[in-house]
Amino acid sequence: MKIKKIIMTMFLTLLTVPFAYAGQEVLDTGDTAWIIVATALVMVMTPAGLALFYGGMSRYKNLLNTIAMTFVAYCLASVIWVIWGYALAFGPDKAGLIGGLDNLFLNGIGVDSLTGTIPTYVFLLFQMTFACITVALILGSIVDRMKFSSWIIFTILWVTFIYCPIAHWVWGGGWMGEMGALDFAGGNVVHINAGVAGLVLAIMLGKRIGYQREAMFPSSVALTALGAALLWFGWFGFNAGSALAADGIAASAFLVTNTSAAMGALGWMFAEWLYDKKPTLLGIASGVVAGLVSITPAAGFVNLKAALIIGLIAGLFGFFCVAVVKVRMGYDDSLDAFGVHGMCGIWGAIATGLFADPSITKGASGLFYGNPKQLWIQIISILATVAYTAVGTIIVVYVTKILTRGLRVDKDSEIQGLDNSIHGERGFEITF
Amino acid sequence: MKKIEAIIKPFKLDEVKEALNEIGIQGMTISEVKGYGRQKGHKEIYRGAEYVVDFIPKIKIEIVVEASVVKNVVETIKKAAVTGKIGDGKIFVLPVEDVLRVRTGETGKDAI
Repeated sequence: MKIKKIIMTMFLTLLTVPFAYAGQEVLDTGDTAWIIVATALVMVMTPAGLALFYGGMSRYKNLLNTIAMTFVAYCLASVIWVIWGYALAFGPDKAGLIGGLDNLFLNGIGVDSLTGTIPTYVFLLFQMTFACITVALILGSIVDRMKFSSWIIFTILWVTFIYCPIAHWVWGGGWMGEMGALDFAGGNVVHINAGVAGLVLAIMLGKRIGYQREAMFPSSVALTALGAALLWFGWFGFNAGSALAADGIAASAFLVTNTSAAMGALGWMFAEWLYDKKPTLLGIASGVVAGLVSITPAAGFVNLKAALIIGLIAGLFGFFCVAVVKVRMGYDDSLDAFGVHGMCGIWGAIATGLFADPSITKGASGLFYGNPKQLWIQIISILATVAYTAVGTIIVVYVTKILTRGLRVDKDSEIQGLDNSIHGERGFEITF
Repeated sequence: MKKIEAIIKPFKLDEVKEALNEIGIQGMTISEVKGYGRQKGHKEIYRGAEYVVDFIPKIKIEIVVEASVVKNVVETIKKAAVTGKIGDGKIFVLPVEDVLRVRTGETGKDAI
């Protein structure tokens, strides 16, 4: 009997050899299932969540154009990513700045390739959805006036030369990650990046005709609210999925994400109620997004109490940036990509440096847990992102301008509305 | 024959229609219009951008009647549409040259 037991044990041990050797990771089906779902959740944020959120805030005559720019950005980034984007962002590191082109067309990656405990295909698709939404966020700054061809060229260049390097710096083995910058799900890579790029593009493109003189009504606050709800839903994949595992940290990220979103909504609502005497649905929806943006870099590092504070300040600060600062400074960041994503992203990155709690992710602690150095690292990463994005976007805009012979639609097209002049379509068939 | 154009508050439409039916007016044309007189618009705010909306939604009712009933019709509309607050509207009376019923080809008073 004893010999039978020994032989059985040896046989079972031999069976595990193909799946785990030399201390490498093993495919975990729970992690894989979760990240596949998380990828789908983040996907829905772009053509559905963001498209409706932005579309509803656009003037009716440009509703379809806004949605079309969002859709086409998703499609372009999807394709770019699997041809050269993933390689640049996550390929073998070169001097801390960029990956190579070793994985061009996903060369070298197969069905059995693993990244951690999940298939590499899943990992790269998850990352792809982040690239897609980052570039789509930018269009919020420039609705109602950009040529469709210019937007397409801009998207291709921006994802390649701005998104991929920054993603590499933070998550792909580049210098920011090595320096110890904490960015769980994309405060730097997504929100600060897109927000600053949006502001640059908005300034270079110029204000809309009639800005701050004519009334510019949102086409449908109802669509915007629906979009915000879809973004909130998808954001669970965005933040909890960035744990890249179905574990306690993902659960913790889930908790703080929802809390921060809710607090952001309430904060914005109260600020608006006091300042403008009316709590608007647009404000509540905007506050949700502000809260979600702020918690993004902090999601896997902060605890519940921090999330309550981070969300509340996000709502108040977001409202201030949009209703006070923007109005006073006069730039036409049309749908507040800079005011909400840029500014609340900066708050979130700083908050991470303050509130990171080592009991959640080991080794990640902020100023309030005895590690003031983290705050400096966060500030450096913010400044570097802002500088690279600002300068890089200026260059990308200039090149786009040359390639498409001008970025802006002509005056008649702008007044007529882009749904008609660019697409030849109407959003709704409304008859008496 | 005269044409009566009445601009009224939208929520008063059913009341005016019932009142007109009761005095024998069986048909009318309505359109959704916007306008303002002494009634000020309202304010809308979108993320800190404040807009004053001048034009207020109204309903325009158009009916063509024989000259002899004009006074009664105008009085009926007025009684049904009034609220006493600014923005109740106006009623205009205009002359009509001719009327034709499409189905039968009748003209004049027989076509009203």
